[in-house]
Amino acid sequence: MRHAVAALLRKEAALELRTPQVIPAMALFSVITYVVFHFGLKRNQLEGDLASGVLWVTILFAAMLGIARLFVSDREEGGFDAFLLAPVDRTAMFVAKAISMFAYLVLVQVIAIPAFVILLLGPTPDGTQALNLVAVLALADVGIAVVGTLVGALSVQTRARDLIVPMLALPLLVPVIIGAARASAPLLALHATALPGKWLAVLALYDLVFGLLAYGVFDYLVED
Amino acid sequence: MDAQPALDLRGVTRRYGERVALADCTFTLDAGRTLVVFGPNGAGKSTLLRILATLLRTHEGTAKVLGHDLKKEGWKVRGHVGLLGHDPLLYKDLTIRENLRFHARLYRVPETRIDELLEAVGLTVRADDQVHTLSRGLVQRAAVCRAVLHDPPLLLLDEPRANLDPAAADIVEPLIGAASGRTRVITSHDPVGGLVGADIALGLQAGYTALLEPAAGVTPEMVGELYR
Amino acid sequence: MVTYGKGLRPLSIVTAILLAGGLALALFYAPIDADQGFRQKIFYIHVPMAITAMGGFIAGGIAGIMYLRTEEAKWDLRSYTWIHQALILALGALITGSIWAKTAWGHWWVWDEPTLVSFLIVFLLYCTYQPLRFSIEDRDKQSRYAAVFAITAGAFVPLNFMAVRMAQSLSHPRVLATSEGGLPPEMQLPFYTMIVAMILLFVTLSKYEMASKNARAQIRTLRRRMGGDEGPQRRSAAPSLPATTPTSPS
Repeated sequence: MRHAVAALLRKEAALELRTPQVIPAMALFSVITYVVFHFGLKRNQLEGDLASGVLWVTILFAAMLGIARLFVSDREEGGFDAFLLAPVDRTAMFVAKAISMFAYLVLVQVIAIPAFVILLLGPTPDGTQALNLVAVLALADVGIAVVGTLVGALSVQTRARDLIVPMLALPLLVPVIIGAARASAPLLALHATALPGKWLAVLALYDLVFGLLAYGVFDYLVED
Repeated sequence: MDAQPALDLRGVTRRYGERVALADCTFTLDAGRTLVVFGPNGAGKSTLLRILATLLRTHEGTAKVLGHDLKKEGWKVRGHVGLLGHDPLLYKDLTIRENLRFHARLYRVPETRIDELLEAVGLTVRADDQVHTLSRGLVQRAAVCRAVLHDPPLLLLDEPRANLDPAAADIVEPLIGAASGRTRVITSHDPVGGLVGADIALGLQAGYTALLEPAAGVTPEMVGELYR
Repeated sequence: MVTYGKGLRPLSIVTAILLAGGLALALFYAPIDADQGFRQKIFYIHVPMAITAMGGFIAGGIAGIMYLRTEEAKWDLRSYTWIHQALILALGALITGSIWAKTAWGHWWVWDEPTLVSFLIVFLLYCTYQPLRFSIEDRDKQSRYAAVFAITAGAFVPLNFMAVRMAQSLSHPRVLATSEGGLPPEMQLPFYTMIVAMILLFVTLSKYEMASKNARAQIRTLRRRMGGDEGPQRRSAAPSLPATTPTSPS
């Protein structure tokens, strides 16, 4: 299966590099959302709970853009037929798409997080806090990628794709935002404290449950 | 192994909700032979092809493709089937070569084969152009390359002449024609041209088999009856 | 051939009796809460509704698994119906919860009550079930995708409940004493009666819905066989049942 995943990933990378759409859009969306929050909340600087909330809401909404586009190129090229005909495990598509989504999130966050720190964040996190934040980001991104791939595949067959994606994905991702926001808040506070471990456990549990579920169920979404 | 037909279908049925797309389809086809399928739109031709390609499941009946039962061993068939339909199944933003490389990796075919095929269909010059810049005829030639990249013993062709200009049709003939030695199932709307090179003719109407004869005994008028 | 009409009348009667009995017990037998007074009694409707709805959603998910494994239309029908009924009960749980919040704390909504909050999320999620089904035209695909949704959402319900509860744990002490602990005996009888009654209500209403859909499918099949074409198939979110040969009515 590994070679199928590799082949799919190379194809995804080739497509995104050829016509970069998803990553620039998500990054721009994130930055403009910070501006909107500044005006909406009437705040120059955020810290603690509020900073954490704004950060994660923005990540989540930017993810919606990515999820909606995840399977579109395949649909437009005549469905998954080309892939379905090949002698490969169908779940390879799930793995490849989830990795792609994770990669999109990480690449966007490389731009969006520094932008957030510059534009809105009051206190500057030190080394340990930054590392902890990366850990939270990693776990949350896995959850978003897994659920996003599932919802993306579910919605690609529907006629109202852009509408269905946020309606499905946002409720499903509520536990992620709970875990991620609660975990990040102390890291972004004025008097920063340690990372509460239980929220990492919640994120990890979510990733595990939905990872296994999506892996088991994905086949049924891809075949005709 | 030689005695086993390449295709052996018995009572194959496929429904869409309450509508029957293909009903009680039964025939055998020996290796290297060609089956031509006639019928108006919606008669079940594409459904049959998709079932043989393992893209659709059957609801009733048994189907053996290349000796493998589709229900139990369908996955073994993949990799030995080439499908050429209305959709070229190529990513428009990638070049021909990138598309073929993707397929070569999926099928574990060495990349030298790509160059061979491009040469054979005369696309070497345009190989590094994005697919959306090519004319329909050239895209179809690239699709032919994709379909035979893994040298499949079974070819499924959905109206292959429909999108090829006559020059291109001659170029791809050795790859997908009767002389290629592959077992072929072709759908066609052409009562005269469709019978050329065919060994058995199957006529479908609303999913049911209206005609099943050796092609030598079938006249264009009999094919025309299907459309009435 | 599957029928759903068997035993529907005795079932309905038992349900009605239990519901009436449970309500009577709740109103007259159960003690009046020292803090909140008479208004607390809505607890006897709200919590059983919530528990039954949650069970219904999870059952819908299990039916989804069964459908994917067996591809039998009856599991698709069950998944659809149970989710449908659970959604109605969830709405009821939200409304009764809101009423209770208003009478107990003066606000129509409180974020401190994890049951209420997680139900809002679950309700919003399952509201997409029908639009999702409706927007997929191919019937087989519709059933399959709906089953995947039912399984995903069904697994989500307990996870969500746990996460929300953890999020609120530090704020408001849980007022809602559920069957986990601490229910005085006089409250137990009406409470458990109402739970059983709600579950029976769920089962009865589900059976009614499935029987009605089944009957309609059979009428369509008969009409088809009699040679009439009932026109182009309308798009529908409801599961399609296979063309079965109706035997004499059982």
